Amino acid sequence: MPITLETLHSELNLKLLTPESDLSREVTAGYCCDLLSWALAHGGTGGVAWVTVQTHMNVVAVATLLDMACVILPDNIDPEPDALQKANDESIAIFKAEQNAYALCGQMWAMGIGQANRS
Amino acid sequence: MSHEALHESYVVQAHNFASAGEVSASIKRLLRHIGIDFGVIRRVSIAAYEVELNLVIHSRGGRIDLEIIPPIEIGGETGWLHLTSTDVGPGIRDVDLAMQEGWSTATDDVRDLGFGAGMGLPNMRRNADSFEITSEYGVGTTIKMGFKIQ
Repeated sequence: MPITLETLHSELNLKLLTPESDLSREVTAGYCCDLLSWALAHGGTGGVAWVTVQTHMNVVAVATLLDMACVILPDNIDPEPDALQKANDESIAIFKAEQNAYALCGQMWAMGIGQANRS
Repeated sequence: MSHEALHESYVVQAHNFASAGEVSASIKRLLRHIGIDFGVIRRVSIAAYEVELNLVIHSRGGRIDLEIIPPIEIGGETGWLHLTSTDVGPGIRDVDLAMQEGWSTATDDVRDLGFGAGMGLPNMRRNADSFEITSEYGVGTTIKMGFKIQ
């Protein structure tokens, strides 16, 4: 059965910050990085769940360019308001989590979410 | 798929991080609208974002030109999409150094935002089918990238 944003939402106990997001979108891979150009080079294609502590608008720009499935902010951090607005405009789902980045990635891996295909 | 010839020009303001990424997003939307191959759109989008952010972070302002030359105009089966970035300075002191992965002159403030990984120019070269950079320190930088389209 495919893993969707809804699956992540419930299994990882995430808080959805973009309530209008389509949670039926499939998550095909995970990625964790805070350098934007590095994420662009290695983030992979398609339905990637991206864990990052960056909270500004360019996170949404990168996620949009790569057609990512969602952005997950660890450590209960909040995105900047204009980033949230842009995420709503671009239909990019943003979650925040109590867990840190390491725990989130470990949990996603345990669910069967592997690394993204290299472009 | 055949395409119409097209030329668009976009202005990029220096140091305006609030609007950074808007030009590359516009280019991506336009290419989707005219039906360019998805894989090409992805490579162009990444290269456009990197060159746009370089203009925001490092330049005194500049512009990005997008030009599509359909196959029929050059008498072949392959057309070209050209992305050209020109700025008004300050130019790069050592282009060979700037092309190395991990090398960057970005300030700590910019690095804190996740920029300045030293991957911008290498990412452009990796994603484009042709890549040319010319720079004169004190004058400005021009980057020309070409992408094959069917």
